[in-house]
Amino acid sequence: MPLPTMRPAPRARAGRRGPRRFTRRDLAVLGVLLGLPVLLDLAIVWGPTLASIGLSFTSWDGLGEIRWVGGKNYATLFTDYPQFWPAVRNNLLWLGFLGLVATPFGLFLAVLLDRGVRFSRFYQSTLYMPVVLSLAIVGFIAQLVFSRDQGALNAVLANQDHPVDWLGDPDLNIWMVLIAAAWRHTGYVMILYLAGLKSVDASLKEAAAIDGASERQTFFRVVFPTLRPVNVIVGVITVIEALRAFDIVYAINHGRNGLELLSVLVTDNIIGEASRIGFGSAIAVVLLTVSLGFIATYLVQELRGEKQT
Amino acid sequence: MTQSSFNGSALPRNPAGPLSRRSLLRGAAIGAGAVTLPSLLTACGSGPGGDGKTVTLGSNASDAVPKKAYAQAFSAYEKQSKKTVEVNTVNHEAFQENINRYLQGSPDDVFMWFAGYRMQFFAKKGLLTDISDLWKGFDGFSDALKKQSTGEDGKQYFVPYYYYPWAVFYRKSVFEKGGYEIPRTFDEYRALAKKMDQDGLDAIAFGDKDGWPAMGTFDYLDMRANGYDFHISLMSGEESWTSPRVKNVFDLWRGLMPYHQQGANGRTWQEAAQSLQAKKSGMAVFGLPHPGQQFGATDREDLDFFPFPEIDPAHGQDAVEAPIDGFLMSKKAKNPEAAEDLLKYLATPEAELRYLRSDPNNIAVNESADTSSYNALQKKAVELVSGAKQISQFMDRDTRPDFASTVMIRAIQEFINNPNDVDGLVRDIERQRKDIFAAE
Repeated sequence: MPLPTMRPAPRARAGRRGPRRFTRRDLAVLGVLLGLPVLLDLAIVWGPTLASIGLSFTSWDGLGEIRWVGGKNYATLFTDYPQFWPAVRNNLLWLGFLGLVATPFGLFLAVLLDRGVRFSRFYQSTLYMPVVLSLAIVGFIAQLVFSRDQGALNAVLANQDHPVDWLGDPDLNIWMVLIAAAWRHTGYVMILYLAGLKSVDASLKEAAAIDGASERQTFFRVVFPTLRPVNVIVGVITVIEALRAFDIVYAINHGRNGLELLSVLVTDNIIGEASRIGFGSAIAVVLLTVSLGFIATYLVQELRGEKQT
Repeated sequence: MTQSSFNGSALPRNPAGPLSRRSLLRGAAIGAGAVTLPSLLTACGSGPGGDGKTVTLGSNASDAVPKKAYAQAFSAYEKQSKKTVEVNTVNHEAFQENINRYLQGSPDDVFMWFAGYRMQFFAKKGLLTDISDLWKGFDGFSDALKKQSTGEDGKQYFVPYYYYPWAVFYRKSVFEKGGYEIPRTFDEYRALAKKMDQDGLDAIAFGDKDGWPAMGTFDYLDMRANGYDFHISLMSGEESWTSPRVKNVFDLWRGLMPYHQQGANGRTWQEAAQSLQAKKSGMAVFGLPHPGQQFGATDREDLDFFPFPEIDPAHGQDAVEAPIDGFLMSKKAKNPEAAEDLLKYLATPEAELRYLRSDPNNIAVNESADTSSYNALQKKAVELVSGAKQISQFMDRDTRPDFASTVMIRAIQEFINNPNDVDGLVRDIERQRKDIFAAE
């Protein structure tokens, strides 16, 4: 699981305890083992991050000189870039939909399966199946289903005269894409919760039952709180999925016409032939700021939790 | 963001070795540039160099048909000159997207590119080799072609190879059955569209999901209503988008919108061409290669086109949109003599015909190219282009790439969704134009 952790901190403490006790060789080994990850971290994570922040105050086409323009990129972004606010809105929608619809639905399915419905193995594998597909492929599948003229859905609905333009209508297509994304996300969440539920001590539920708790009470008061570690992981995954969403909309229509996302705007401006690198970096910094908000919240929670235990 | 990429050179080669502050900074700087795949592309460019016998060639012809056609042209050259052409083919879109980094890395000696603004941009940045001397020996290129091959400094950089005109395509059988006449003026065009609409057809097939196909319609409307010169200066960022002349273009287009296929933003151009093929729609604005690919061999005979109708008699049907593909020589060419020799060959009619034999969806640029092997559509296309007073490229080749891709694609899709707010639309475009063209 790609969880950000605070590994270096305890190690640093261990190092402070008494460097004299280590031989020269120990120090060398420690230095390499510690130094390497730190350097990699600096070079691969922090270097580009700081470079992006720096570039976001410049104007650069990738070929000529880099010119300092101050906050102009940000001013343009907030006022004169019509794609920006729709992209922010869509990222938030993504977060809301995955967090409030797809994730609870995954939990619901996990609970159902955990109670041992008939054919549960079959359901389990069917629901989990989409998770092995990359989101780009989910995007292609969505096109086969939702295409206006040749899609499966309109063929089933059979309204040839006024077919619904599922992916071309900018008020509608975001919801179709969210459904497709949720199709995959739900399975993922379900399998995580299922694993969590299996590991809940059965005696807890028994004890609750003996104390006269209803099923609902047992779940919300007893089982759910013991799932805290899983909840944290699921929360993190949901946020990551929502913020890094990119491939599915890019596969469908390059993230245009109602499917704008911050990640797509960054790509369009920096990677394409456009090469508005300074401007694209400014968008990237906005995305970074949003991400940092979530990361900070998560870390604060985690550290507080660690202290309590 | 999600494009995490791994650039090997950003890492210290010897992990245990000393890592100076400078190399760390350099690593960070490279890491910052590593948002794309430069290493991948530069890896393609490192061919054997300097032996005078091998010339490397960067190709964006990743589709099967053009790839094969180019291979035949190059092998004919190899036989004739006893030299080797080493072709590095990169996916078409990826080649375009990475072109900046490709040219700054170690590019191939010769590479495929387009005429017009996009070529001039690289010439201005000093990334191309001036081939004016070669051009003095070239034969059979019209003045319009020479103009399209010339940089802003008046020197030639580009060797044109083939082009494909844009026009309004239709099926002859549909026109016969409906008793439709080829429209010459815009009023006739609109009347015809209305008639087709009443006959139960989608008058104009239309798909703009990929963002670029509708640009062809805009270009033609603008050139017919305002003339080529205005169009080009509009594309160069020298005209205001809020001017009444630009609004007029959108208003003309809005008048036609009811006869366009609905839901264009959800339809690819291939699907639009298929509806033309299936006789569900009557006409479509396309480039020469586009509809043919969606037509079976038997139906292809039935395909025909007419030039985009006249709007202002002062401009008539003078301008033709005909994007030119061809070759450039990079500044860093390792093997300039061999590269020039190859370019000289590619400028001959034989080289062009060798290509077109396998890809008959384009036409040769050289006037002395033998057109007897052309099919009817190709012959008609030659006529159309040679009668043109001016040749435009295409919106995304005639203007800055950032303006075309980040501003105009969205603007036109927005217009398709809501054709009624022209004022708001041109104001949006104008604000962004000022910002982007000020960045020069």
